[in-house]
Amino acid sequence: MNATAPNSINCFHCGLTLPAGAHYPVQFADARHETCCRGCQAVAQMIVDSGNADYYQHRTAFPATASQQDMEEILRQLQIYDLPEIQRSFVKAGDGEVREAALILEGIVCAACIWLNERHLLQLPGVLAVEINYGTHRARVQWDNSRIQLSAILQAIRDIGYVAHPFDPQRQEEVFQRERAQGMRRLAIAGLGMMQVMMYAVPVYVADAGTMTWDIEALMRWASMMLTIPVVFYSAWPFFEGAWRDLQRRTLGMDVPVALGVGASFLASLYATFTHSGEVYFDSITMFVFFLLAGRYLEMGVRRKSAAGVEALSKLIPAVATRYCDAKSQQTEIVPVVQLAVGDALLIKPGEAIPADGVVLSGHSEVDESLLTGESRPLPKTAGERLVGGAINVASPLTMRVERVGADTLHAGILRLLDRAQAEKPRIAVLADRFAAWFVFALLLIAGGVAFAWYLVDPARAFWITVSVLVVTCPCALGLATPAALTAATGRLSRLGLLITRGHALETLAKVTHVVFDKTGTLTLGRPVLLETRVLGDASVVQCRAIASALEGMSEHPIARALHDADAPQLPMQQITSQSGLGLEGVLDGRRVRLGRPEFVAALHGLAWPENLLTSSNQTLVALGDEHGWLGAFLLGDQLRSDALQAVARLKQLGVKVSLLSGDGVSATQAVAERLDIEQFAGQLLPQDKLERLRALQAQGEVVAMLGDGVNDAPVLAAAQVSIAMGQGAEVAQASADMVMMNGQLERLADAIVVARQTARVIRQNLWWAAIYNLAAIPAAALGLITPWMAGIGMSASSLLVVLNALRLSRAPQGQAAVQSTPALSGPVLAAEVR
Amino acid sequence: MEILFLLIPISVAVVGLIAWAFIWAVKSGQFEDMEGPAHRILMDDDTPAKPVEVK
Repeated sequence: MNATAPNSINCFHCGLTLPAGAHYPVQFADARHETCCRGCQAVAQMIVDSGNADYYQHRTAFPATASQQDMEEILRQLQIYDLPEIQRSFVKAGDGEVREAALILEGIVCAACIWLNERHLLQLPGVLAVEINYGTHRARVQWDNSRIQLSAILQAIRDIGYVAHPFDPQRQEEVFQRERAQGMRRLAIAGLGMMQVMMYAVPVYVADAGTMTWDIEALMRWASMMLTIPVVFYSAWPFFEGAWRDLQRRTLGMDVPVALGVGASFLASLYATFTHSGEVYFDSITMFVFFLLAGRYLEMGVRRKSAAGVEALSKLIPAVATRYCDAKSQQTEIVPVVQLAVGDALLIKPGEAIPADGVVLSGHSEVDESLLTGESRPLPKTAGERLVGGAINVASPLTMRVERVGADTLHAGILRLLDRAQAEKPRIAVLADRFAAWFVFALLLIAGGVAFAWYLVDPARAFWITVSVLVVTCPCALGLATPAALTAATGRLSRLGLLITRGHALETLAKVTHVVFDKTGTLTLGRPVLLETRVLGDASVVQCRAIASALEGMSEHPIARALHDADAPQLPMQQITSQSGLGLEGVLDGRRVRLGRPEFVAALHGLAWPENLLTSSNQTLVALGDEHGWLGAFLLGDQLRSDALQAVARLKQLGVKVSLLSGDGVSATQAVAERLDIEQFAGQLLPQDKLERLRALQAQGEVVAMLGDGVNDAPVLAAAQVSIAMGQGAEVAQASADMVMMNGQLERLADAIVVARQTARVIRQNLWWAAIYNLAAIPAAALGLITPWMAGIGMSASSLLVVLNALRLSRAPQGQAAVQSTPALSGPVLAAEVR
Repeated sequence: MEILFLLIPISVAVVGLIAWAFIWAVKSGQFEDMEGPAHRILMDDDTPAKPVEVK
């Protein structure tokens, strides 16, 4: 289980192969352990010295290699967090000098990391409490401001090799936590009430006539009432609120019959309890409320995923920036980003995020805009080129001039576009709600008619018969018909790898007539993979790959990851240097080798590039050579997902039209469309163009499902009737999507449409059943033929039938070998996966 | 059967107690992290912690 470095050739701390000539020992448990660099040495020493070396025994994964950044410099940056004006957004002040902040921890890979961080922080004098959530990697730290500063706490986390950012929980998170706790309390009260009230109700039902004396029965009624009061006034309160809102807007939603059923039967039961007459329905009330709340609680868990995504996008902009004090000097100061003004000159170090939109003044580097545009390749930037706030500087330092700040930036614009598109989204009226509106209306009319008729015939019986009409038609089955089917189908889909984040997704998916794909990252993998290796010299393919792998081994660049080959023999590559935007150079067995652009490699030996190598525009060519000539060439490109062709074919089989809208060049788009047999396609589209095309399709009456992955797709995703984001894509795309495809298996989309259509069918069946049951029961109740126990059994049987019908959805059809390890009930499964 | 006049009120009180305990558990954050404690229990805290000096 534990990940201790297996032998002396791996770093004791991070487990990487030790570079030749590295000598950074750590003394621990009477033995000397080698680490790979100064950073790992310092971190390991700190962990051992503070008595936390148990970490090395318990950890189950290696941490990232420790950063070698200058600690003084880091501390200087962190001190900005001690300023009260910066702290205002994320620090909560307690009694006196007690402060509390929420932190996001980076670098957590296993449970031992959490243990280490908690222990290490609690060792600091002045830290009062630390709590780290295993699931979310968020920490809550409480400290005494008179004894320790926040910067020292952040520094201490850096000392043991992790990175912590304070974060403003964006209120959204806080609201969600509160809602979840409240939902849990409501559910628990309803559950406890239901169980105990049932205990009191069953004896009354099963007792033979005459054995239950009136005083015992009265006692049972009073006890049931005591337990039902909190269920009605606390647990069921949201239904009453919802019904009131509906009535104010003059609509009849599902909450109205629920509130009416619960309210009427509760009042009738109260009257019966106080007057020792009639019948009580406390058991039906509590059970009904509990089932409805359980459905809502599960749904809430699924929804929270979307909140996390928007938070991630707002986190892209850093809190502080390095600003030049004046135009001439090289002096820099660290300032909060909110204080930046247009015209400021900033220094962006490698690895830092760009805090605002602007223009490069000097330096040349590569910038990763993947979170904003979905473009996976870092883009080269030199003086005069535009920089987008939120992008990450990958290669070397840049100086920039700020041109737009705060709400004017592109980043803020995308957030706004997203907000608006989400607000504009047509709220498709749920089938059950429309049905319910008519149903409730009819029910009220009938109840009124019955009350009036009986008032004329026999005023003494009018009240009880009206109540029994309302109870027997209590929309239990109707209330459960849709949620039960949706919950079962949601569980089934999440086992297929599709996560539903909005309630309407399934119903809309069933009606989809047209699927629009994005190309990069959706139909394709969205990252370069090695397509072909050409041998140009006397080295073999294996040798070429081993040399490239040794050169690229340390880099996190996407191209480097594509070329890195874990199985390749380890070569003693030395003196690796990186030329930004050009390539890498190293020394192998005394000869210099270069990997990168052909002209960069050619500079080493002066030979012309062989003519016969042609690449298409969307492929990247990486050359390899030494002082004597060319060794090889690697063709890298994006690759179609393995099941893309099958997915498109199956969608067509289901009668769904397919089209491709891409931001990439027309020729690249056409090539993909032809390979996948997609007739409708368009390339070189901006997000606005995509949005227009989507609107045009919608104007023709198509119900459009959109699949995408990047932030640039987010507005389009939000505008489509149903949208699916790729799980590996940008989180903001997931936030604006109705569903998230976790495993990237496109074929599952066709399965999802089949399941959605089945779900729509089951919901319709359930609603019909509920309607037929009510049509049969109402006349009987209206004529005064129904006794309470008959009403109770009728209600339970119809609810049970509806739930069992819905559960058919959670079973996979024969021959579909989905990961099916769980039995039919989807409730607990769903709960586990939502977490 | 008279004992029921004692037992049923007691059962109501017990349900109230359980509800209070559950609400207290939710409030004190015991349901916020459902995975962490399972891992945490495996960690030994045998070695005494030494205070770290603040730079």
